[in-house]
Amino acid sequence: MKALLIAECRDGKFLDYSYELFGFAAQLGADTTMLLVGKEGELPECGGTVYLADAGRYGEQNPDLHKRLVLAAVERERPDYVVLMHSSYGWDLAPRVAAGLKVAQLSEVVSVADDGFELPCCSQKMRRKAKPVGSPVVLTLQLGAFPAVKPGGVPALQRIDAEGEGKLEFLGYEPPPPKGVDLGRAEVIVSAGRGIGKKENIEAIAALARALGGEVGASRPVVDSGWIEAGHQVGTTGQTVSPKLYVACGISGAIQHLAGMKKSGFIVAVNKDKEAPIGEVADVLVVADVMQFVPALTAKLAK
Amino acid sequence: MKILVCIKQVPDMESRFRPDASGVWYSEIDMAFRVNEYDEFAIEEAVRLKEKLGGEPELTVLSLGPDRVVEGIKKALAMGCDRGIHVQDSSSHLKDPWQVASAIAACARGENYDLIFTGLQSQDRGSAQVGVMLAELLDYPCATTAIGFECGQGTVTVKRELEGGLRAVVRLKTPALVTCQLGLNQPRYPTLPNIMKAKKKEIRAVPVSEMLHEEPRTVMAGFYSPPKKGSGIVLEGDVPDQVDKLIGILKDKTGLLR
Repeated sequence: MKALLIAECRDGKFLDYSYELFGFAAQLGADTTMLLVGKEGELPECGGTVYLADAGRYGEQNPDLHKRLVLAAVERERPDYVVLMHSSYGWDLAPRVAAGLKVAQLSEVVSVADDGFELPCCSQKMRRKAKPVGSPVVLTLQLGAFPAVKPGGVPALQRIDAEGEGKLEFLGYEPPPPKGVDLGRAEVIVSAGRGIGKKENIEAIAALARALGGEVGASRPVVDSGWIEAGHQVGTTGQTVSPKLYVACGISGAIQHLAGMKKSGFIVAVNKDKEAPIGEVADVLVVADVMQFVPALTAKLAK
Repeated sequence: MKILVCIKQVPDMESRFRPDASGVWYSEIDMAFRVNEYDEFAIEEAVRLKEKLGGEPELTVLSLGPDRVVEGIKKALAMGCDRGIHVQDSSSHLKDPWQVASAIAACARGENYDLIFTGLQSQDRGSAQVGVMLAELLDYPCATTAIGFECGQGTVTVKRELEGGLRAVVRLKTPALVTCQLGLNQPRYPTLPNIMKAKKKEIRAVPVSEMLHEEPRTVMAGFYSPPKKGSGIVLEGDVPDQVDKLIGILKDKTGLLR
């Protein structure tokens, strides 16, 4: 069994989460080849073949050309699986590759099942199993679902090329918005999620944060709604945090949020939905209306 | 200018999900359905563009699914779309992303849409495939994960959200397809007058059998709750009691409270 692993390079750097592709291939027991649109000075630590296309020529944000590079590597390798991360790069590229090969794609694989793959669904609350028809199969992997495995060694480089131009013109990267507050240093973070209901309720979350001597965090929908500044956002597209205590208030637990906070020392979640995915990482799940519970907790702590 | 917005109806994500009789997807019994959240950003962006261009663009909203999805189409019409297409499919939940994209492509082909907006993904299936595959089928340039959008002369500029807060800015020639990420805009609530006006707008029904001739490439094989990893404590009951118990636990386990 052969797997073609599609690694990622961003702003000239090899992205370490690409090593999770090896972890997945190991679980399948597949032989691996890697494809990277990147730079010769930034290569993965692995043996075997790495197909390298120069990011200077092919760009980092040029998915049509990257698709053609993947198809060229598939032509040479005839893999059973083409595997990407379920990242902004992977979910953008994978469907183009699947359409180009006229084959199945399964998105955000979290585990290998006996006769198929397990995928999250219903905002991570449920799982489903899906079986691909035909071969090869294009897969994207949930970030963090498989262990990062660094095989070590020096790759045998093979150049790979594609003709023509892409359909996107890359104008440049923009840096992240400035951090309003350095959550990375906070011992306690009390985070607000959509479950707080409205902007005015941020104050109740801030009051609990003050009572615990901590900072205020937030999930993405709270930032998107304009209830708090972007600098407070915890998650894949915000800050990654690991305080001693993390209190998630009205946060259901989207995977992007969990990825940013699950290394916290002790996690308390307050949510009226007992089935919410946040319960999976919480040390304590308080099943309650957040706007009843939080002020009551704050008042008691003040005594 | 012609614009198409593709939307899906999904259950309220706070619902309790149970397997259906086939065991491969959720039961719709007692489910409340709404427009997929990502698609609301797609509708809003299309309506804003129409408003910005002085109402000239013709805005079509399309949804594939059973009869209930007409409610979603009506919401989009009330938000400002001009007309609707309902691709009737009582078993849409069994179609894979390739089939859904193929059916929509069959509707869109020959219509010469200058722009197509979709959500980045659906909240229930979450595959993030249909928009990109639709673009591939129509041979349109496609940008995903849009958190910024500007329309120029024959081009659109899209700000894509990457990991760690980094963004990439890309330019596409129209016709083009853009998949919308949360936070792109603030979707509006339809006003009562607009809800009334929407009732008069056309919704064309098309049977999916006329649009789809593709076999599935993936087969659904199971639907279940994730294995419970957490051995966390669950506190239920009265709030004062929960407060006392939580303070006790925090004193015991964190050393942050004395």
